[in-house]
Amino acid sequence: MAFSLPALPYSTNALAGQSMCQETLELHHGKHHNAYVTALNGLIEAKGLAGKSLEQICAEAGKAGADGAPVLNQAGQHYNHILFWQVMSPSGGGDKLPARLAAKIDSDLGGLAAFKEAFKAAGVTQFGSGWAWLIIGTDGKLKVTKTANGANPISTGEGQPILGADVWEHAYYLDFRNVRPNYLDNFLNKLVDWSVVDSLLGSGGLKSGQAA
Amino acid sequence: MSAMNRRAALFAGASLAATVFAMPRRALAQAAAPTGPFTLPPLPYAFNANEPHIDALTMEIHHGRHHAAFIGNLNNMVKDHGQVAAMPLEQILARLGEMPEAIRTGLRNSGGGHANHTMFWQVMGGKGGAPAGDLAAAVTRDLGGLDKLKADFNGAGARVFGSGWVFVTTDRAGKLALVSKPNQDSPLMDGQHVLFGNDVWEHAYYLKYQNRRPAYLEAWWNVVDWAKVAERYAAAKAGSLRI
Repeated sequence: MAFSLPALPYSTNALAGQSMCQETLELHHGKHHNAYVTALNGLIEAKGLAGKSLEQICAEAGKAGADGAPVLNQAGQHYNHILFWQVMSPSGGGDKLPARLAAKIDSDLGGLAAFKEAFKAAGVTQFGSGWAWLIIGTDGKLKVTKTANGANPISTGEGQPILGADVWEHAYYLDFRNVRPNYLDNFLNKLVDWSVVDSLLGSGGLKSGQAA
Repeated sequence: MSAMNRRAALFAGASLAATVFAMPRRALAQAAAPTGPFTLPPLPYAFNANEPHIDALTMEIHHGRHHAAFIGNLNNMVKDHGQVAAMPLEQILARLGEMPEAIRTGLRNSGGGHANHTMFWQVMGGKGGAPAGDLAAAVTRDLGGLDKLKADFNGAGARVFGSGWVFVTTDRAGKLALVSKPNQDSPLMDGQHVLFGNDVWEHAYYLKYQNRRPAYLEAWWNVVDWAKVAERYAAAKAGSLRI
């Protein structure tokens, strides 16, 4: 078995009205994500990854520290982008969250406004390339965090992601140029499909279904 | 709108912005930044001087927004740290471990960003070609010649995962070395001098090259100003190269 690029769950022009243009999605999915998949498949034999799930590979590569970086860079980015495509949708946006998710955000993070502020701050302060996350922490509570480059909360052992925003410049440069805060505002207010985030909360985080 | 049309529209808007609004927007960006000891050096050539290899809009945003933001951040963070504010940038970077802990990471990121970009603008604006004189001899002696340097430099730049830089450093004796760094880290933090370097953050090339970083790295050699690099080499050996 090998890793594969999942199809986008919408067309490449589906989010253009929500400030993620067709060219961004074509490049981001068809070039960037695809390159991570190709590179990861190229590592399966040399790094002894055969038979392992994508999540297991991320966790083990994270534990290996600097030695695990070559694998984590590709495996983490494969996992991260699988989640990223799922949590956006043409019908995303707005502040109407499913009741279960809303209640959990209220109790663990002080409400939707406080969550958005924390998530945006995580993304803005991730220096260089990386990701901002909403995760189910190891204590079962929701938590906002960030990681650099291809790392993710599975590789750091922090928990299970249910929402992730890519803050590599390739995610927003055509649409927002240098203004990352506006990209994050737009992501939170126009793009996030809260019903998907709620489903992921219910299932305990994204299971990619991918294995080497 | 198709991808091609969208890009055409983006670039049409770009050249308009660059020609008509460049000055007021740049002035605005600088006026908005907190004043302090750190200032944005003017670009030593026009935004379009590196066309067609580096487009004018990229230069304008890179200099007027990205670089300017590092300077604004720096001035902000040294406001309550008078001793740091009084230090030359290269000293701050060489002695990061001694800097106040509260601003150390900020100094590393924004101070490194200021130093790296200040160097970057200086070594571009040229027509490529080849180094001459003792610089050419050093490239041959330490880096295997210009062709090998380019191949190794481009390879190192392509292998930087995420954001970062690839540099050629020199020591006081004039010995050259190739090194890559993540994010805005600088060889100045290791006590080395930077002879020249290329920015491989996606903002340096995304509007023109998108995901094709290797094509950007290849094209970048066409805008290197080897005379400027030679000046930096002479200054490094004379002990007068700062950033």
